[in-house]
Amino acid sequence: MSVSADIKEFAGQEYRYGFSTEIDTDTVPKGLSEDVVRLISAKKGEPDWLTEWRLQAYRHWVTLEEPQWQNVQYGPIDYQDIVYYAAPKAKPKLASLDEVDPELRAMFDKLGISLAEQERLSGVAVDAIVDSVSVATTFKKRLAEVGVIFCSFSEAVKDHPDLVRRYLGTVVPYRDNFFATLNSAVFTDGSFCFIPKGVHCPMELSTYFRINTAGTGQFERTLIVAEEGADVSYLEGCTAPMRDENQLHAAVVELVALEGARIKYSTVQNWYPGDAEGRGGIYNFVTKRGKCAGANSKISWTQVETGSSVTWKYPGVILQGDNSVGEFYSVALTANRQQADTGTKMIHIGKNTSSTIVSKAISVGHGQNTYRGLVKTLRSAEGARNHTQCDSLLIGASSGAHTFPYIEVKHPSAKVEHEASTSKVSEDQLFYCRQRGISEEDAVAMIVNGFCREVFKELPMEFAVEAQRLLNVSLEGSVG
Amino acid sequence: MMLQIQDLHVSIGGNEILRGVNLDVDAGEVHAIMGPNGSGKSTLANVLAGRDGYEPTGAVTFQGEDLLVMSPEQRASAGVFLALQHPTEIPGVGNLYFLRTALNSLRRSRGLDELGVSEFLALAEERMKLVEMDRSFMSRSVNEGFSGGEKKRNETLQMAILEPTLAILDETDSGLDIDALRVVAGGINAQRRADRAMIVITHHQRLLDYIVPDRIHVMVGGRIVRSGDKSLALELEAHGYGDGAAEPVLAAKP
Ligand SMILES: Nc1ncnc2c1ncn2[C@@H]1O[C@H](COP(=O)(O)OP(=O)(O)OP(=O)(O)O)[C@@H](O)[C@H]1O
Ligand SMILES: [Mg+2]
Repeated sequence: MSVSADIKEFAGQEYRYGFSTEIDTDTVPKGLSEDVVRLISAKKGEPDWLTEWRLQAYRHWVTLEEPQWQNVQYGPIDYQDIVYYAAPKAKPKLASLDEVDPELRAMFDKLGISLAEQERLSGVAVDAIVDSVSVATTFKKRLAEVGVIFCSFSEAVKDHPDLVRRYLGTVVPYRDNFFATLNSAVFTDGSFCFIPKGVHCPMELSTYFRINTAGTGQFERTLIVAEEGADVSYLEGCTAPMRDENQLHAAVVELVALEGARIKYSTVQNWYPGDAEGRGGIYNFVTKRGKCAGANSKISWTQVETGSSVTWKYPGVILQGDNSVGEFYSVALTANRQQADTGTKMIHIGKNTSSTIVSKAISVGHGQNTYRGLVKTLRSAEGARNHTQCDSLLIGASSGAHTFPYIEVKHPSAKVEHEASTSKVSEDQLFYCRQRGISEEDAVAMIVNGFCREVFKELPMEFAVEAQRLLNVSLEGSVG
Repeated sequence: MMLQIQDLHVSIGGNEILRGVNLDVDAGEVHAIMGPNGSGKSTLANVLAGRDGYEPTGAVTFQGEDLLVMSPEQRASAGVFLALQHPTEIPGVGNLYFLRTALNSLRRSRGLDELGVSEFLALAEERMKLVEMDRSFMSRSVNEGFSGGEKKRNETLQMAILEPTLAILDETDSGLDIDALRVVAGGINAQRRADRAMIVITHHQRLLDYIVPDRIHVMVGGRIVRSGDKSLALELEAHGYGDGAAEPVLAAKP
């Protein structure tokens, strides 16, 4: 028995979040047109400038072709066969959390997310988004006391229109790329966070995304602004029901860090990955970018990607302020027929800017994992530094790992280092663990977790535990 | 009889490496196996521990059970421990975490309660003293970046914590400096018990000054060609393995 022969087709995975919930839903007709864009904007009672912005995006989008350069394969997406707006029907304004639809509450309980205020103990404020709409934001009051705004994007448009207008599209312009442009036209909700000057956000902020309704796309938009010297840690989690058809998720996340501000953004993405034959699952085509606008600011992305059938995302940082710091820590696991093309973009503009990239890719079964990273230092970026480390771990003979680093250096003083490795869970390691009494399955999980340790240690504690658990679930049945 | 090996033949990819090994080990005994490089000592150790990639025939019983049909983890659960000649590195997995996982896996398989963190730490602290291993090694990844001697010391620590019934030590003395040899040998000696047996594979008569064996066997060309008491080691030291060798062999380099 060799390791590869020993590793069975990855088939036994159980997706825990694969249930769907009967919730009365308000949707718009399938398909996309100027009218649909206007309808979405009208349903949300948006100001004219935003409707206009959406329409500009839409008009630009119809001129674009879907990109084909990614190292992933998927069937054609029929953009006229998607429902662009689906909202759980609820009372227009909730006076308190007790008014949240009991079905919805039950759904979130099942997901292990309590919307109840007694969650205070966990110290995490949660914004819950189902399909397209934010259904509840917890801890608003306590955050407001220190001036932190944490609410759904729609509420922000109503209550803080100037802030939204000032920052929307400043990091990811509506023309950015096919999916970001689509998002700009049809985005429905998302989270908005604003941390005022000098404020250290007193708790972790978290958004929980859930796709529930069949045939819908989820196009959320998140905007986080940390003013001078502010500091925030933000967590994002995602799940979706098991369905045979593919569902599109094309989100945009924009982060803005002013002088001396710090934003830490952590994602545990566990969208439904499809079944063993590759049927169903989420297409996760996401544009995430942060801008270190001020000097000495720092933006750090940490992502653990275990779900989705196809993932395509490159959380990046524009290092504009002098001495600003960008970080990207990633674990991406692909099993079955999952494909991931992910990495980061670090754009060095300011002096003495530095970036760190640590990417850990795990491919199981037929999983295909591509790291694609761009490190660019402009002429202005005197003394820029980057260190990239890309490690791939293969489990089974049919899995694959691919690395595409792009490096553009315009300033001679820039230092860019790239290290890459590909390894297998070795027969020696498995034997060693088993000889000590550890089962083969536990041994694989242990070795894989060890491989990811550098990234997991960047996650907030509870999230790290969740990430390990998800990884172990995804590896279940990968050895036999 | 704790361990009984009868006419064990082992091939790797059709190549016969062990060619009829017979060996009986009783509880409480320490057996040393010596012999030239490539004679099959590690192969024997690996086959006893259940490593993949070997094609064994013959009979091996351990406490009355057929050992050859068991998986490596079942053998571990039955009490077989192998200190590897080349211990493996497991990046990112903490040494102490690894040990606790191993111990608790063994305990679970034997129907015992798992040890909690503090109980385990107390045990680990005590055993670390036995092999004079510094605490700082515990938070490091399993064997990663350990020197050769440190790896061997770590194997001894694992043995001290997992408390096997049959310990097979494959050149656990190789790569140890003089002081380390004394410490590690002391640690091993401290674990000699009436209900525990050891098979010690070594090239060095020196080790056997510390761990005095009940029997010494000489393996040459995949067979045990001579067996004797501790005086055999001195004779080998003086005359090499040539005497009694079934075929020309490399001289062992101490
Ligand atoms: N996986 C393998 N494939 C092919 N040959 C092997 C393999 N493993 C061991 N051998 C061969 O089997 C023979 C016995 O090897 P083994 O490691 O058991 O020797 P040893 O007695 O432990 O030697 P040393 O004293 O050098 O440790 C050697 O000739 C070795 O090359
Ligand atoms: Mg050997």
